[in-house]
Amino acid sequence: MKGGAEESREERSYALDTARLGIWCFLATEVLLFGGLFTTYTVFRLRYPDLFHTEHLKLNRLLGAANTVILITSSLTMALAVAAARQGRRKRLRLFLLCTIVLAASFLGVKYLEWSDDFSRHLYPKTNLFFSLYFTMTGLHGIHVMAGMGVLGWLLARTRKGHFARASRTPVEIGGLYWHFVDLVWIYLFPLLYLVG
Amino acid sequence: MNTLALFPDQAARSTGEVDAVFLFIVAVGLFFFFLTQGFLIYFAIRYRRRRGEPEEETPQITENGILEFIWVVIPSLLVLAIFVVGWWGYRDMVRPIPGAMEINVTARQWLWEFTYPDGRKVINELRIPVGKPVKLTMTSTDVLHGFFIPDYRLKQDILPGRYTHLWLQPEKTGTFVIFCSQYCGTGHSAMMANLVVVPPDDFARWQKGPAEGAGGESLAHRGEELVEKSGCLACHSLDGSRKVGPTFKGVFGHQVELEGGSSVVADENYLKESIVEPNAKIVKGYPPVMPTFKGTLSDDDIAAIIAYLKTLK
Amino acid sequence: MTDHATDTSPADRGYLTDKGFRSWALTLDHKRIGVLYLFTTLFFFLVGGVIALLMRLELLTPGPSLMNDHTYNVLFTLHGAIMIFLFIIPGIPSGLGNFFIPLLIGARDVAFPRLNLLSYWVFIGGIVVILASLVSPMDTGWTFYTPYSAKTGAAVATLSFGIFLVGMSSILTGLNFIVTTHRLRAPGLTWMRLPLFIWGMYATSIIQVLATPVVGITFLLLAAERLFGVGFFDPAKGGDPLLFQHFFWFYSHPVVYVMILPAMGIISEVIPVFSRKAIFGYRAIAYSSLAIAFIGFLVWGHHMFVSGMSPVAGVIFSFLTFFVAVPTGVKVFNWIATLYRGSITFESPMLYALTFIFLFIIGGLTGPFLGALATNVHLHDTYFVVAHFHYTMMGGTVMGLFAGLHYWFPKMTGRMLNETVAKLAWAVTFVGFNATFFVMFIMGYHGMPRRYAEYLPKYHADNVFATAGSWILAVGVAIMFANFVWGMLRGEKAGANPWRGLTLEWQTPSPPPTENFEEIPTVTDWPYGYGKKVVCR
Repeated sequence: MKGGAEESREERSYALDTARLGIWCFLATEVLLFGGLFTTYTVFRLRYPDLFHTEHLKLNRLLGAANTVILITSSLTMALAVAAARQGRRKRLRLFLLCTIVLAASFLGVKYLEWSDDFSRHLYPKTNLFFSLYFTMTGLHGIHVMAGMGVLGWLLARTRKGHFARASRTPVEIGGLYWHFVDLVWIYLFPLLYLVG
Repeated sequence: MNTLALFPDQAARSTGEVDAVFLFIVAVGLFFFFLTQGFLIYFAIRYRRRRGEPEEETPQITENGILEFIWVVIPSLLVLAIFVVGWWGYRDMVRPIPGAMEINVTARQWLWEFTYPDGRKVINELRIPVGKPVKLTMTSTDVLHGFFIPDYRLKQDILPGRYTHLWLQPEKTGTFVIFCSQYCGTGHSAMMANLVVVPPDDFARWQKGPAEGAGGESLAHRGEELVEKSGCLACHSLDGSRKVGPTFKGVFGHQVELEGGSSVVADENYLKESIVEPNAKIVKGYPPVMPTFKGTLSDDDIAAIIAYLKTLK
Repeated sequence: MTDHATDTSPADRGYLTDKGFRSWALTLDHKRIGVLYLFTTLFFFLVGGVIALLMRLELLTPGPSLMNDHTYNVLFTLHGAIMIFLFIIPGIPSGLGNFFIPLLIGARDVAFPRLNLLSYWVFIGGIVVILASLVSPMDTGWTFYTPYSAKTGAAVATLSFGIFLVGMSSILTGLNFIVTTHRLRAPGLTWMRLPLFIWGMYATSIIQVLATPVVGITFLLLAAERLFGVGFFDPAKGGDPLLFQHFFWFYSHPVVYVMILPAMGIISEVIPVFSRKAIFGYRAIAYSSLAIAFIGFLVWGHHMFVSGMSPVAGVIFSFLTFFVAVPTGVKVFNWIATLYRGSITFESPMLYALTFIFLFIIGGLTGPFLGALATNVHLHDTYFVVAHFHYTMMGGTVMGLFAGLHYWFPKMTGRMLNETVAKLAWAVTFVGFNATFFVMFIMGYHGMPRRYAEYLPKYHADNVFATAGSWILAVGVAIMFANFVWGMLRGEKAGANPWRGLTLEWQTPSPPPTENFEEIPTVTDWPYGYGKKVVCR
């Protein structure tokens, strides 16, 4: 579609605004996707408060808290990556993208430890409604983290090829918004599953 | 060719009302039908242009505040009226009738089982006396079903794991069809039962006759045995006194204050929940210590216990 | 689809110039993607139609004749699922919407052309998964109510995933259209100058973006129920089957407006052109689309009055439901008022548009019977409901689609349809449709439940009538599609603007060039300025 490499400043900011509108629409659908799960959580928590209380004690709060810290840090590094893209500092951009990916991978690593621990204690999705919710919600969130890692990896690969100097930072900004959303979901999941008894 | 008649048989309470609501909506609908289709067809013919005729210059009419105001307000009022008559009719259909005979309905793929207060069970035939109210307490053992008597204009879905109700007030003797209205699998369209409405004398005679089902022992009686056998009475009294748990006396149909300030009416669903999920709703001032009877008591057992609790006035 | 004509010079073939599989499969041109969607969805319309004919054939006799009950149950499930998920929902929005949104707003393409292509292939992927589920075909009905759908032997998890993919495609398309409408309008094309088809599509896209994810998660949970044994909807595990119904209808009620709003948009385009008259009440029509989309999110519970939901909730949902009637009524009144003092001709698009209004009024006026609690209890899950939604969905949406296809056929192919044949097809379809479905209102009030493979003999005569009607309907549709094929291959050349419309798509050649417009037009007025100006807007 796009003609030459010479894009004017207005066209760039126009493209960025368009892409932003697109990602916000997409995040709206994501909110509703998780909204369905949060509704399910609310319904059953109100119906079975005791079950939720006794079962949530079986989760490992320490690992959950560690994961929360990891994800919040990754949001910070992502924000720094976006800032670097805005300033056109490619090296910094690559560094912070890499940090974010590493943090995301360690989040999934911790999640893996947690889940295998759960399985070893015979806690499965079918055990009861609390664990059904726990596995469904963290599982769907985990899939989003993986998708986010894919996006970040793609961004990193493209910076390697020399894209995203100041000229077109749109994909980095969009990827950043998506990554913040994934973190935000966890910020809700952590207290709902691990802390609220 | 029965469907040539305007309405199906009007054989129970509130059928007349439902048909009246229906006719009211038909009247409103026909008014709008002739109004809109009339103008549509009239304009289409009046302002048509034949092939080859020159195109007439049309006026650019784009808005008319008064007209648009009218056709927002009048339909709004009419649909409100429809809502209100629909609501009234519905209120009458679901209103409980005091002194109703209680019959339990169990739907399963693909048959109906009716259990009478005396424990008598009948498959695919619901026999009731004319003029006497009946309360159906319905549940399913497998999937969703729907209890539908077209001649009574009544319908209610049936769910596994909980109870739904219908009140019948038969006004005509005869045999009427009961359909399953909620799709339930391969045999759905064959899942039919007969509603046999007989004079009270015939019904009494039928009740005294030999039981066709697995009955013999009344439901409430079986419930009483189960309550004794399951150890309920260690914590729940029958005479109104306070033990570890609240008394059974007069529990059915009463307002129950819960921990946390809310309250519920102790109906079938609440009692069943209290047996299988005792800690879901805690009665105010009592400790949450009751064990679950899920798996210990079958659905039939629970139905019997509820029937017994209903007798403890 | 590459073989449109042999006797045209390449220069006239516009966006159709390139041939070969790759030029279609990997195209980023919204018009080609629109054509791909149209071919796919119309194909499934025919498949769903053939299944419907088989069902009607089985219902010719009260007992089993052609097939056993299970086969019938599979057929009505397939008919519903195909028509809803593979035809009506993507049909107008993704097919005609893709083709005409950029043309109508004076853009060269949609905002995200790659995403557009991706969403088509996600759609195809969904179809492939759905077809894979035919190894053990669904018998749950298109509503997938639990716990039956959790227990049946059919490939529910596979189908759920397929529908999830189709829904994802629908979300991406809606997202693309929202951004396109916001960002790519031609200079001077303010919101109040937008063609009404765009308003309808805009409201539709909002619903797609906000409602579809809920059904997505519902189907994922249903699949998880079958694969991992989670029990959100299973009472035996403490779950709640009504929760499934709430989720399902939270999507599936708004999606009714995904089906009807684009069709209403088409009608709002066709009526002014063929009556040579400015549209009456532009703003009311535009805003009513948004109002319908908004209210549509609040009324899902009216599918559940007898489900076991609390009667209080039933009363509230019934009350809210009636407010959908008002903006819908406003549209109908405005269309009819547009005809007043027009200079009307009855070419095939106009015939279908008027048929839409005629049938949709019947469909709409039978709605209050189902919205009112007292009558709903009796009519719920009977043939009355079947008749009602076929009058709105087929009498409404499908007639709107036919109007759009006849209206825009010259633009899409550069050729005209045979007008005589089109009118013949219209007449036969109209008669067949009413013969098939009107009698179902009567059957329904007399209590015949829907989804019945066998029925009581007292409904026999009505069913014979409906089945005979379905054959007439099939003949009408067959003639129409034959005309489409003939028109594509042999139709008369159309020229840029055969109907003398004022919207932007007519200001470019037929078929349009790949870039749509040689120069992006500047808009100075709304697109309905037919006739003599009396009052300035």
